[in-house]
Amino acid sequence: MDEMYSREYEALVKYFENSGGDPRALRSSEYASMVINHNRVLHVSEVDGIQMRFERMENGVEVWITVNENVVVKNPVHLCFGMLPRSGRQIIRSHINVGDGSRVKFLSHCIFPKAVDIEHVMDSDVTIGMGASMEYEEVHIHGKSGRIRVVPKAIVNVGPGGYYSSTFVVKTGRAGNVDIDYSLFLSDNSSASLFSKIYGRYNDKIRVKESMYLKGRKSRGIIKTRMVLRDRSSSEVIGEVVGIGDDSRGHVDCMEVILDDATARASPIVYARNPKAKVTHEAAIGSVDKKQLLTLMSRGLSEEESIDVIVGGLLR
Amino acid sequence: MLSLRDFTVIRGGSKIVRDVNLDFEEGKIQIILGSNGSGKSTLAQGIMGIFPTDGHIFMDGEDISSLKVDERARRGITLAFQEPARFEGITVKDYLLISSREKKLGEVEDALRMVGLPRTMLFQEMDDSLSGGERKRIELASVLLMKPRFAILDEPDSGIDIISFKRIASAIKEMRNRGTGVILITHAEEMISLGDVASILCNGRVVVTGKPADVRRLFTKTPCPIREVR
Repeated sequence: MDEMYSREYEALVKYFENSGGDPRALRSSEYASMVINHNRVLHVSEVDGIQMRFERMENGVEVWITVNENVVVKNPVHLCFGMLPRSGRQIIRSHINVGDGSRVKFLSHCIFPKAVDIEHVMDSDVTIGMGASMEYEEVHIHGKSGRIRVVPKAIVNVGPGGYYSSTFVVKTGRAGNVDIDYSLFLSDNSSASLFSKIYGRYNDKIRVKESMYLKGRKSRGIIKTRMVLRDRSSSEVIGEVVGIGDDSRGHVDCMEVILDDATARASPIVYARNPKAKVTHEAAIGSVDKKQLLTLMSRGLSEEESIDVIVGGLLR
Repeated sequence: MLSLRDFTVIRGGSKIVRDVNLDFEEGKIQIILGSNGSGKSTLAQGIMGIFPTDGHIFMDGEDISSLKVDERARRGITLAFQEPARFEGITVKDYLLISSREKKLGEVEDALRMVGLPRTMLFQEMDDSLSGGERKRIELASVLLMKPRFAILDEPDSGIDIISFKRIASAIKEMRNRGTGVILITHAEEMISLGDVASILCNGRVVVTGKPADVRRLFTKTPCPIREVR
């Protein structure tokens, strides 16, 4: 590793650690991991059963991650994607393939600590094999100011009996302009869960569009969104579940708390193409629940402290 | 001493509780009886500062009518709602630590034990996964931890099983033993017998105050002896 790469690597690890991450995960050979700054891959660590391949692009990196068949990956795979410069564009194009019968968990940290004008695009395709399981958690660590645009897109195919879960989290710093677009296709007896937890502030604009196609017999899926919006931030949440397979079950659950001059729009779409499918939804947008607020205030917390506790719980 | 003088509580533009004069003492349990719609919960929330009021509420002689809910709580008044709130993403432990003065886990565990709930419940979320009885007992544990001077308990015994009932009764006695003045809204006979004083609220007015056994007899015979159009 040359000196510049080493400096950037250490800086990203430091930011990762400061945000609560365990730096050993990015240093230990017992963890599969990959660290990228802009379009430079600073570090790659593979473990038995996982192969990671990459190609540098002008404004990012194309990544291929393959988990062999019947592998249980003991420790989470850590992906650390960041932009240390104040401005620029980063595209991460990833192709993840989890072999039949395997289990793997990914923890992805997207770090933009000094963003003044940054665009981060995640363009993924994921294939989960028969009976395989993949959990993916993406946590964003943004600075407190500046313009940042985050565009995560994913197409996920879950094989028969497979399981996929994704959690997208932006709680610290400015969310910025977030535009999520996920599509999931579920086979027989497979299940999936999509969960977004976002805290919008100032004039952040957040759009979440998640679609789940329950194609297989007895496929199951849930789309869950928890959002807190303050100041003049705004959101649009479109959660779509399409029941296609016999006995498929899907649910959309969206809860947004709006404070100050924030605005929120939620459109749960449930669409059944099969009389044996069942798709349901619930959506609630409003201020902080009054009973929760009064309960905490009657224990001695101020109104602002009470709101922080409620909001913290909602986004936990 | 907490004293209500010509205390009126306004809810939705109407005077639901009118001209109440009552004194609550520390280390005593004051029972409030009343039929459905008599204004018991409104009185409880009026004392806590949730609804607008007329008249006065004195604490040790100081008029605290203008204080907000949290300010009253910091003076040592608290309220356990009849239907406790659910909190998504907040564990029982985190919730109880909010009330705990010492912020020590041991103290939280003791309070949970006192209301008859297992330690394992600490890590459960305060959401729909808890039963109504469990939430009520957690609420009482939270009040115990706060060590308030006055605790307003709005039907802590409603809709719960017999085992939970006994635990709740013993937790209320423990509050009194610790010197807390308990304002207990209840319908249950066993709870009434815990009281030192009892009052009947009827159409928003206190019509009788006396010994719990006498008041209960009267309430059983004539739950609301006055009729009034609000």
